[in-house]
Amino acid sequence: MNEPQYGWWLPPNVSAHGDDIDLMINLIHWFMLALFVGWSIFIVFCLIRFRARPGHAAVYEPIEARFNRWLEVGVAAAEAVVLIAFAMPVWSKIKTEFPATNTNPVIVRVIGEQFKWLFHYPGRDGKFGKTAAEYYADDNPAGLDFDDDDGIDDITVRGLHIPEGRPVIARLVTKDVIHSFKIPVMRITQDVVPGMEIPIWFEAKSTGEFQIGCAQLCGLGHYEMKAKLTIESPQEFQRWLDEEHSALGL
Amino acid sequence: MSEAHAELGFLRKYVFSTDHKVIGIQYGITALVFLFFGFCLMMMMRWQLAYPGEPIPLVGGLLGETMVDRGAMLPNFYNQLGAMHGTIMVFMGIVPLAVGAFGNYVVPLQIGAPDMAFPRLNMASYQAFVVGGVVMLVSFLLPGGAASSGWTSYAPLAVFATSGQTFWLLGMLFLIASSLLGGINFIVTIIHLRADGLTFFRLPFFVWSQLVTAFLLVLAFPALQAAAILQAMDRLAGTSFFLPSGLVVGGSAVAAAGGGSPLLWQHLFWFLAHPEVYVLILPGMGIVAEVIAVNTRKPLWGYKPMVYSLLFLGFLSFGVWAHHMYMTGMGTTMSTFFQITTMIISIPSVIILTCLVISLWGASIRFPVPMLFALAFLPMFGIGGLTGLPLGLAAPDAFLHDSYYVIGHFHYVVAPGTIFAMFAGIYHWWPKATGRHMNETLGRIHFWFSFLFMNGIFMPMMFEGMAGVSRRLFDPTIYTHAEAAHGLTIMTSWSAWGLALAQIPFVINFFWSMRKEERAEENPWQATTLEWATPTPPPHGNFVETPVVYRGPYEYSVPGAERDFSPQFVKQGG
Repeated sequence: MNEPQYGWWLPPNVSAHGDDIDLMINLIHWFMLALFVGWSIFIVFCLIRFRARPGHAAVYEPIEARFNRWLEVGVAAAEAVVLIAFAMPVWSKIKTEFPATNTNPVIVRVIGEQFKWLFHYPGRDGKFGKTAAEYYADDNPAGLDFDDDDGIDDITVRGLHIPEGRPVIARLVTKDVIHSFKIPVMRITQDVVPGMEIPIWFEAKSTGEFQIGCAQLCGLGHYEMKAKLTIESPQEFQRWLDEEHSALGL
Repeated sequence: MSEAHAELGFLRKYVFSTDHKVIGIQYGITALVFLFFGFCLMMMMRWQLAYPGEPIPLVGGLLGETMVDRGAMLPNFYNQLGAMHGTIMVFMGIVPLAVGAFGNYVVPLQIGAPDMAFPRLNMASYQAFVVGGVVMLVSFLLPGGAASSGWTSYAPLAVFATSGQTFWLLGMLFLIASSLLGGINFIVTIIHLRADGLTFFRLPFFVWSQLVTAFLLVLAFPALQAAAILQAMDRLAGTSFFLPSGLVVGGSAVAAAGGGSPLLWQHLFWFLAHPEVYVLILPGMGIVAEVIAVNTRKPLWGYKPMVYSLLFLGFLSFGVWAHHMYMTGMGTTMSTFFQITTMIISIPSVIILTCLVISLWGASIRFPVPMLFALAFLPMFGIGGLTGLPLGLAAPDAFLHDSYYVIGHFHYVVAPGTIFAMFAGIYHWWPKATGRHMNETLGRIHFWFSFLFMNGIFMPMMFEGMAGVSRRLFDPTIYTHAEAAHGLTIMTSWSAWGLALAQIPFVINFFWSMRKEERAEENPWQATTLEWATPTPPPHGNFVETPVVYRGPYEYSVPGAERDFSPQFVKQGG
């Protein structure tokens, strides 16, 4: 496994939209730092300059209101800029502007349960077989209805494989409680809520092996609910799909 | 003013008292004990996080086999500790201390009243608090242990959890009832029992903060009270308010009618829990304002903007709750609405903080121990508030949600924020309540080491969150990125244990001051507000003569005045 460099700040970014998120995070933190340093300098200055000492009385009404108004307006304006120019467009892009069909996205169902992930691909026919809760079994974790022909070539695996440079649309479901699908290096997190199927999309921009984790307390095994993410070249991805297809005896 | 009462027996005077001061002290001591207990839970968790799988020193051998395996913590116990730490600190620690203790003790004094409007209701609210607290603590002894689904008790996990969760729900019913009764009491008291001349804009900022807090409690808690009953019904009565159809847990279909929604729980919970965080901070801001005014010897800068900000903040706090739910599958419209309200609500917070900071300008600043805590509150709350920004915006929240960054954010606000304000209040009003002085040196040691270790605990968490480490993980090192950040975990853990040691001077100080012969004067800080007009300590009924108020609450260093403070209750020029 080629070791990504992890440390005490943001992990490596292998996601197409990750740069937008990282830009926002860094921008906001510079803003925060500026405010904090400004306030702190002012406070320390006051503590020294206006400390009680002989011959130094407090002044009853020393400052006019104008000073403060600029600070408030400034803070509000900066927040408005961050919100309107950055936060809203990025959120819109991630959450609602899904890749069009002509971008040939990889479609995969992600099934969360206590305490593992399952990844369900539609196979060569591009169609998911019908699934239902009544069919869940140890040897049928996706709950496929074997009477449905569409499901014969479906691939169900415990590790997520995706190709670099092609968008992925993941449809998230859970069998039991709320989980959360988090891939730090892809800068995505999405809660998986019982009773809902929630779609998310993402696109990897470099290859490697990474980890997927559960980011919402789901019980005793929550801490070990991880899965492997393999991002590979389109050719390797196709090779992997073919291997899985053969393994099904098809 | 003091009413002639038949001499009460010990039980009526100290246990079943209706005197707001006794009740305030009862709340205070009970809350501090619960805070310490909740802190102990965390200290155990911190061992497991820093040294996963290692037997816990000192207590590892004492815990049962459902909690530890040969002294090393088990995941079930870790989850219980996590859920109960949050629950205990918020509902049994901070709120009872900030509102029940400080509010009860100080508010009637500061408004010139002989007691709260409903003294017996006051006693009932304390008793409900104790019952709720006992139910919560006792749940650790259940076979399945205490609640373990987070202080947030999300459905469906909490619906399927062991009986500890039912105790949690029952405990919440009592704790919420306590706050509802108390909230009503505060509102009526502040509106109706103010002394002559004490108009609303002559009220100390602390009283305003308690008034807004009381409204938050009364209006927000019912949502969680109802939700708790609904969840209890899902657990016990076969309903499915929060359970959708088709759930399969551990291979078997869940026997429930279905058709419910887990998100409904979240909406009801957060409808309370967001205003709740303002309940946690507002009284603290009030205390800090009082201490700063007294120790800067000048009026608070921007008193009126601060009051209006409080009111605006309270109102807005009901409109931001879903920023805790950005990750639940929310689209653009909903998230935009909540991002906007969340950005707007930061404005009044910034105004209050800035006014307190500007109050230092042109002052004559004294540095007794309460002032050290009050001053430290300012940058600490600043960090807490600022770190809310990347969380309040949905896009960066996509990365930071439910990570250690969130834990760092809210702890900065409550721990070196509110708890420091609580310490400021204890040191500040101690002479009035007990008639003794606290030792300055012990107080300074307590302050500096607490300040150091608070930052040692929570600043590393910001970096851990940035590194992608999620919260509520029994053993984060399962993830490579968390392993890389493990040094931060170790820093946090040692700082937590250091913080515990740093409280020893405070405890010693408590006993040291009670043994001192020398009594405190009536107004040792030379303050202007009404609580300093009573004898020390205040008797039943509080004031020797009903006070009349002649001026605002912070008339310090008034030009032409004899002294550098003009108390509200002294008719000068006469």
